[in-house]
Amino acid sequence: MINDSVYNCIIRTVPSLAAVALLLCTACTPDASPESSEKSRQLLVYCSEGSPDSFNPQLVTSGTSYDATANIIYNQLVTYKPGTTEIIPSLAKSWSISDDGLRYTLNLRQDVPFHSNQLFTPSRPLNADDVLFSFNRQRLSNHPYHGISGGRYPYFTAQSLDQLIKDIRKKGKYQVEFILTRPESPFLSILATPFASILSAEYAAQLNKMKHPEWIDSKPIGTGPFRFDRYEPDAYIRYERFDNYFVQSQRVKNLVFAITPDAAMRFARFSAGECDVMSYPLPVHLRVAQKNDLDIVQTPGLNVAYWAFNTEKPPFHDAKVRQALTMAIDREAILQTVYDRQASLATNPIPPSSWAYNKNINKVTFSKRQALELLKEAGYGNGFTIDIWAMPIQRAYNPNARKMAEMIQQDLADINVEARIITYEWGTFLSRVAQGLHHSVLLGWNADNADPNNFFSPLLSCTSAISGNNYSKWCNREFDELILKARTSSEQTVRKRYYDEAQEVFKQQAPWLTIAHANNSVLVQHNVHGLIISPIGNISFEGVTISESTSSELTDTEGEAK
Amino acid sequence: MFASLLKQLGTLLISLLGLTVLTYILSLQSNIPIHDYKSSNVFLQYFEYLQFLLQGDWGISSIHKRSVLKDFLQHFPASIELIALALTLAVTTGLGLGILSASRRGGWLDNTLMTSSLIGYSMPIFWWGMLLVLLFSLTLGWTPVAGRLDFQYNIEPYTRFMLIDTLLHHNKYGFNAFLNALHHLILPAVTLSTIPMAIIARMTRSSLLAVLKSEYIRTARSKGISKRRIIWIHGLRNALQPILTISGVQVSIIMSGVIVTEYIFAWPGIGKWLLEAVSRRDFASIQGGVLALSIVVIAFNLALDFLSIYLNPRLRRPS
Repeated sequence: MINDSVYNCIIRTVPSLAAVALLLCTACTPDASPESSEKSRQLLVYCSEGSPDSFNPQLVTSGTSYDATANIIYNQLVTYKPGTTEIIPSLAKSWSISDDGLRYTLNLRQDVPFHSNQLFTPSRPLNADDVLFSFNRQRLSNHPYHGISGGRYPYFTAQSLDQLIKDIRKKGKYQVEFILTRPESPFLSILATPFASILSAEYAAQLNKMKHPEWIDSKPIGTGPFRFDRYEPDAYIRYERFDNYFVQSQRVKNLVFAITPDAAMRFARFSAGECDVMSYPLPVHLRVAQKNDLDIVQTPGLNVAYWAFNTEKPPFHDAKVRQALTMAIDREAILQTVYDRQASLATNPIPPSSWAYNKNINKVTFSKRQALELLKEAGYGNGFTIDIWAMPIQRAYNPNARKMAEMIQQDLADINVEARIITYEWGTFLSRVAQGLHHSVLLGWNADNADPNNFFSPLLSCTSAISGNNYSKWCNREFDELILKARTSSEQTVRKRYYDEAQEVFKQQAPWLTIAHANNSVLVQHNVHGLIISPIGNISFEGVTISESTSSELTDTEGEAK
Repeated sequence: MFASLLKQLGTLLISLLGLTVLTYILSLQSNIPIHDYKSSNVFLQYFEYLQFLLQGDWGISSIHKRSVLKDFLQHFPASIELIALALTLAVTTGLGLGILSASRRGGWLDNTLMTSSLIGYSMPIFWWGMLLVLLFSLTLGWTPVAGRLDFQYNIEPYTRFMLIDTLLHHNKYGFNAFLNALHHLILPAVTLSTIPMAIIARMTRSSLLAVLKSEYIRTARSKGISKRRIIWIHGLRNALQPILTISGVQVSIIMSGVIVTEYIFAWPGIGKWLLEAVSRRDFASIQGGVLALSIVVIAFNLALDFLSIYLNPRLRRPS
C-alpha cells in the first residue's frame, strides 16, 4: 500500500513542519539587530524612489537614473559648486572660450584614475580620448559604440546638441576643443549635465574585444567617488568607496541605494531607521518630520509649476483675458493646500535663485473684482467655459495637479468662468497637450542645468511652440528675440539685461500663471553629516559622513539648512 | 492511472497553447514590436512567436534593455521564497486550526476561530499588510519594514534564494545573515498567507465534520478507538481530498496576493517587477511576465492534480 505510506508520511510531516516553522520564528524574533563585524558606521543606506534604467546617464533622461550614476560613479568635465548653480572645474581644470564664442578649449586634469572591476584594470589615467569617446558615441552615428544598448541618446537629441556641436578635437593628450556652430553661452552648464559624464575609452575597447560592448552600460566604470559594486533589479544598488578618487573628500565605505518606490513605505523604512537618507518625501512626511524634530535637508529647487493658457484658442488669444484669469486665482491658498508650504510663490518663470531673475517685477495682485473688470473690458463680462488639463502624475514641483485644478475651478466660478477638469494617462496627456487640444493646462518644469536659458528656450520660445514644451503655444517676436540675444551673448551682465526685459514682456503678456517653485528636499537621520542637495536635484554623497551614535540628542550644524 | 495522467498533460498543453495565443494577441496591440517577424501574415507570425518562446527569446524590455526571460528568472526566486513560506504557513496553520475547530465543534474556541477566519478571509491584503507593518515594525519594532536583508550583509546572489545564499555565506557572517533573512520574511509571509489560511481552516473544518458524521466513523467509535486516532487517521485522511483541491485554488490567490505583498514590503520579486513594468508601459516585460506567471500557476495546479490522483484511489480509475 503505497498510498498509506505516503499519507502517513504527510500526516507525520505536517505537524513537525509547523513546529519547525514556529521554532524558526522564535529563533529569529528576539534580536532584531545582529552583530556586525564592523561596528563603525561605514554604511550609508539611501532609500531611493525607483530602479535606474541604465548605469549610463547618456542613455536616459530620468532623474532616478541620474541620481544613481551622474554624481556617484561618474564625473563631468565641469560641475556645480555643491548646493549652488556656480560652475567649477572638475575633470577639466581650466578652460578658455574664443572671442566669437565658438571654440571651447578645455584642459584636463592629468591625475584622474578610472575604477577597476573583475573585467578591467585601467592602465592609464583619464585623457582626451575618453572625452572624445564619451561625446562621439552620442554624436556620430558611425561611431562603433553608437548603436550599442539601443543607440538612443534622448538628452543629446532633445537638446539638439548634434546641431550645436560641430566638432570635437583632441588638441593634446590632455586638451580637447569643442567647436560650436553658433555661440551658445549656456554651453558650460550643458557640459555639467549628467549626459556629459565621461566614460573610459580603454574599457570600451577591451569590452569590444570581449564581444560584450553592452556591458559598458550595465557594468559601469567611471572616475567618480564611488565604484559600482552590484545591482539587484528592484532591490538595491551597492557602491563601494573609490579610494583613488582624484578629489580628497570624506566618504562612507559602503553606499547602498535601497529601492523603495512607494513613498509611504519609504517613510516607514526611514522612520524605522532602515535607511539614513530618504528621497522625495511627500509634503505630509515633511510635516511629520518637522513635528518630530527629524532633519530635513532642503534647498529651493530650479523648477516651476505653471498654469499655461493655450494662446491659439479663443478667448486666450486675448492678453487681457489671460491677465484677468491670473488675477482671479488665490495662489496663497494653493501653496497652503497643495504644497503644504514646501514651496515659494512664483512670480517669474525662473526661480529667484537664478542670477537672471528680475527682482523688479511685482507679483500678480489677487483681486477678483479687477479680474471681472478686465474681462468686461475684453468683452467677456458674461463669462465663458474653458477646460483645465491637470497632469495625472505627482512631481516635486506639482504634488497634486488635480487638487490645484479644483481650487482654480472654484476661483474661476466667482468671475463667471466655468471650468471643466480634464485628465488622461500621462503619455496620452502629454501627446494631446503637445497637439494643442487643451484650453489651459497645469504643468511644471524641472531644470536640468542651471542656465536660465533652460527655462526660457524650451518652455516659451517660438520654436518650442511648434515642437517642444511650449504648451501655451505662445510665440512673441519681441520675447523670442530677447531670449535669443541672451543665449548668444557671453557677458553675464548683458545677458541679464535681456532676460530682465524678457521677463517684463512675459508679465505683460501672461501666457502662464506662474504658481510655485517647490523646494527639493530629502530627509536625513540625525547622525548623517554633510549632505548638501543641489538645486538641480541630483543627489551626491561626496563629503557625507555618518557618526556611530544614532541617538537623537546628537545635533549637527554642518551645512544643513533645516 | 496512466490514462488520467495523460489526460491531465493534454489539458496542460491545450491551456498553454491558449495562453500563448492570448499573449500573442496582446503583443499585437503594443505599438513597439517585441519580436522581429519574418512573415507578414499574422497566423504565420504566431508560429514564429512560439518558436521565439521555445528558444528562450521572450523579448527585450523597452525600458532597460534587459532580456525579459532573464529578468523574470532573476526576480522569481524572491517570490518563490515568499510563496513557499506563505503556503507552508497557510497549509500547516490552516489545517491545524481547522482540525482544532472541528474537534471542539460548537465550543467557544470553534466560534472564535471561525469568526476570526471569516475576518481574515475578507481582509483586503493591502490594508492588512500596512496594518501589520504599523504594529510590528513601527510600533513594536519587532520586524523590519521592508527588504530581504539588512544591508550590512553583503551577500553575493548565487541562487537568489536569500535563505540559501545567506547559508552559502556562512563563513562570512555565521548564521546571522540567515536569521536576518528569515526575520525579513516573516511579516510578508504572514500577510500573504492570511487569506488562504482562513480558507483552508474553514474548508478543513467543514470537510472533517462531514466525514466525522459518516457511518464508518460511528463504527470506529463504537469499537472504542480513541478520539485522536479517529480524527487523525480515519477522519482527516478522507477529508483531505477537498482540502487538497481548495489548496490548489489557493495558489492562484497567493499569486495575485504576492503582487500586492511585494509592493508593500519592497520585495524584489516578480510582483514588484510586473507592477513596475505596468507603470512604465514596458509591454515586453508585461507580456512575458503574464505568460510566465500563468505557466507557473498551471504547472502548480497540475502537480497538485497528480498528488490528488496519487492519494485518491477513486480518481485513479478511468471512469
